[in-house]
Amino acid sequence: MALINIKNREVQIKIVYYGPGRGGKTTNLEYINKKYKQQIKTEMVSLKTQDDRTLFFDFLPFDVGQIKGFDVTIQLYTVPGQVKYNATRKLVLRGVDGIVFVADVQKEQRKKNIDSLNQLYENLKIYNLDLFNIPFVMQYNKIDLRQSKIPTLSSKIMQKDLNSLIKVPALEASALKGGNVILTLKKIISMTLASIQDQIF
Amino acid sequence: MMFNKSQLKAIDKVISTDLIDAGIDYVIFMDMAGNTIAKHDNGKNNLDSVAFAALAAGNFAAVDAMAKLVGESEFSLLFHKGKKLSIHFSKVNDDTLLITMFTKDISLGLVRLKVSEAINQINKILVEN
Repeated sequence: MALINIKNREVQIKIVYYGPGRGGKTTNLEYINKKYKQQIKTEMVSLKTQDDRTLFFDFLPFDVGQIKGFDVTIQLYTVPGQVKYNATRKLVLRGVDGIVFVADVQKEQRKKNIDSLNQLYENLKIYNLDLFNIPFVMQYNKIDLRQSKIPTLSSKIMQKDLNSLIKVPALEASALKGGNVILTLKKIISMTLASIQDQIF
Repeated sequence: MMFNKSQLKAIDKVISTDLIDAGIDYVIFMDMAGNTIAKHDNGKNNLDSVAFAALAAGNFAAVDAMAKLVGESEFSLLFHKGKKLSIHFSKVNDDTLLITMFTKDISLGLVRLKVSEAINQINKILVEN
């Protein structure tokens, strides 16, 4: 859970972008980094392989100002999406306060989205966290592909596949072009802050 | 995770008197999720401590997972040696880590001794309240 430093009046919040490989998690963070370059004091950290696949995580911290006299810092992380990296995915989830699930609307990724969400449910259990009870936002990414010849799934099908049980806010997005990336971020931040306020203030 | 003011103050004191005054350049007390709880330095370094803490947590967690794979319950200590600066990682309890950075001016043996004393004290502080 969030780290609260009463002496320095600081709150540090961890938000993790989760989802199948090549779904656009890193691209979300890269867009946020580019968009808010002025407010972000540090460089984005990316641990990736030579072919640009996330190996461990990406990390992007930024300040969102004060809440009830506490300076709030949001720390964004991504997990590696490839199936073989589940051990490292689990590690990144430690201490998570809010999750964005970046699903890929490409038809051929349908099973991977569902498998990834199921695995997230299992991985959260290790930390006594419940997928149904944590600030959570769904993002259906790559909707720009609907303009191309690549087969995609409708948001109705995505909702049925991924969100029929957990029923969390869902947004269509295009991380590459920035569509709804910031809206997704704002949504998860406000949900996470609300949940933390309930817990501590 | 929450620490009260007197705990944080006491931890600050342990770090600055036992570690920084002993000649260690930089100390970060942090949780396993990569959040910094306290940090102190001797003013000679300019470190991006936020990114550092995130990477340190990842590093420690990865080594911890490796320990389990080879049947060890944990590797409680990690040490990275550089030409000028070295980094020492030590587990304080299940949730927190103490990271120290130091130059050749201080020996690894002394760092280990000082760190182990500091950890004992920090653990006492955490239990007391």
